[in-house]
Amino acid sequence: MSEKILIKGNEAIGEAAIRAGCRYYFGYPITPQSELPEYMAKKLPAVGGVFLQAESEVAAINMVYGAAAAGARAMTSSSSPGFSLKQEGISYIAAAELPCLLVNVQRGGPGLGTIQPGQADYFQATKGGGHGDYRLLVLAPNSVQELFDLTVEGFDLADKYRMPVLILADGALGQMMEAVSLNVKTAPPVAKPWAVTGRQGRKETNVVNTLSFDKDASEQTNRDLKQKYDLISRQETRCEEFFTDDADVVLVAYGITARIAKSAMEKARAQGLKVGLLRPVTLWPFPAADLLRVAGTAKAFLVSELSTGQMIEDVELAIRCRKPVYFYGRTGGNIPSTEELYQQIVEIVNKGGN
Amino acid sequence: MQEKLFAITPGLTEASTHYCPGCHHGIIHRLVAEVLDELGVLDKGILVEPVGCSVLAHNYFAMDTIQAAHGRAPAVASAVKRVHPEAVVLTYQGDGDLAAIGCAEIVHAAMRGEKITTIFVNNAIYGMTGGQMAPTTLEGQVTATSPFGRKNAEAGRPIRVAEMLATLDGPKYIARVAVNKPANVNKAKAAIKEAFTRQIRGDGFTLVEVLSTCPTNWGLSPVKANQFVEESMMPYFPLGVYKDEEGKQ
Ligand code: SF4
Repeated sequence: MSEKILIKGNEAIGEAAIRAGCRYYFGYPITPQSELPEYMAKKLPAVGGVFLQAESEVAAINMVYGAAAAGARAMTSSSSPGFSLKQEGISYIAAAELPCLLVNVQRGGPGLGTIQPGQADYFQATKGGGHGDYRLLVLAPNSVQELFDLTVEGFDLADKYRMPVLILADGALGQMMEAVSLNVKTAPPVAKPWAVTGRQGRKETNVVNTLSFDKDASEQTNRDLKQKYDLISRQETRCEEFFTDDADVVLVAYGITARIAKSAMEKARAQGLKVGLLRPVTLWPFPAADLLRVAGTAKAFLVSELSTGQMIEDVELAIRCRKPVYFYGRTGGNIPSTEELYQQIVEIVNKGGN
Repeated sequence: MQEKLFAITPGLTEASTHYCPGCHHGIIHRLVAEVLDELGVLDKGILVEPVGCSVLAHNYFAMDTIQAAHGRAPAVASAVKRVHPEAVVLTYQGDGDLAAIGCAEIVHAAMRGEKITTIFVNNAIYGMTGGQMAPTTLEGQVTATSPFGRKNAEAGRPIRVAEMLATLDGPKYIARVAVNKPANVNKAKAAIKEAFTRQIRGDGFTLVEVLSTCPTNWGLSPVKANQFVEESMMPYFPLGVYKDEEGKQ
């Protein structure tokens, strides 16, 4: 029988990380994710791990860079304004091809914004954020159980592809409590012969470096990264679909918004309306092929996010603008109600889906 | 039989460096490598290199190396040492890297008493980017971004890093040395050896500031550059030991 506990979202990430073998946490407090560093501060020493509160987000991400380069499973977490500060380090970690787990429990922005939940860091998470041609593998859980499961899996994916994996959550998920089954399925440990450990008898030195003065070598680095990202797109794209086979209107939403969208969809179905939901689980790679397939039968799409409309661009690109895409978002901490989304669906249906 | 008087130290590779003629980086590299070899810790050594002229130090040191982002070497090294407490971890940083963009990282690594050693190369200018003003640029010194000479009223007085960090509790050994003449080279080597010995003993944070030349960007010949270190830098940045505390924390 699997162990089940009631736990807060932010703490579930911490528990999952520890069970996944993460022994190094570096971070800086920021609302609404501070329960996570607090949890790590409390729990890591007992398993021989290290919790270190950095002097800034900038230092924290560079500590992750160091620990990951040294071969350890390491992580950091933050919330929107703090996550912006980490972008320099994330670009370096991606360039150095170091595995680590990043967590952004999003709040409303821009600027200092609000400490209430938001989803407006979508562009930053999926299109770069830092400088250069790099990608993060972005996982978007929509429950406390998934925060737990995807954190464990995130470490495995990071090791498998030698790249940073981002858990893109939001303040609502971070703060809510739900029952979580603590079953942990981790992949077997990956050897890290490239890790910087001190030579310890090795003849060759191990060097973690992101600089090259040779323009051909530099271009090759970017080609190699692109090849890896293409492989990930083929192998790791994930989404969840409900009633997309016969739906006239297909909702597209991730994270906390996907849960509200699902309730709105269920309400619409109960009224006899043909409504479905496609929930991206990976935001990068984006489930473009799945959306394109659904666009073959659906009449219209309704994107909902806690932003003024960021994911809408990916949806339109995915379906090659073949069907109308509507948008409904709430921002700055406000969350749409089931009723609000349901009303949007009804309007689209009344227009005949066009 | 002839006696071999000088050879490449095992801590360095055979690659020839890219440093300009008369630059002190080469001497400082050699001292660090010799010390680690003499202490028998080359195999445990991990170098965290900066952004700046020594960004390619991994080509010269026969050690595992991590190239850090501009100014962040102390944060990187803090984590590395915690993952590998048995390793001998050093950051090698210039004055732009350490005293400007990375000021927070060095202050906090020192404050935490991270058991790492920082070799801080102070040549009072930004070398690699082409000779701009550093936080250590002297009053009146002409640089690419202080073309009329540094004015303290605008830019503040140059940071004395060794003195500043010595006010913290975390550091256990802090010294300022120079390598402009053989007697100073010997003293510099002794200070570097002391710093690494303290790290190996687990005392706490250690830093050796080395006054260094940048003949290229100072616009001086190597000989004149050595004189500049003696006559212009040393009066403002006096050599000496600024912190020397025994014992574990
Ligand atoms: S630019 Fe200055 S510091 Fe850099 S290698 Fe040349 S002389 Fe040395």
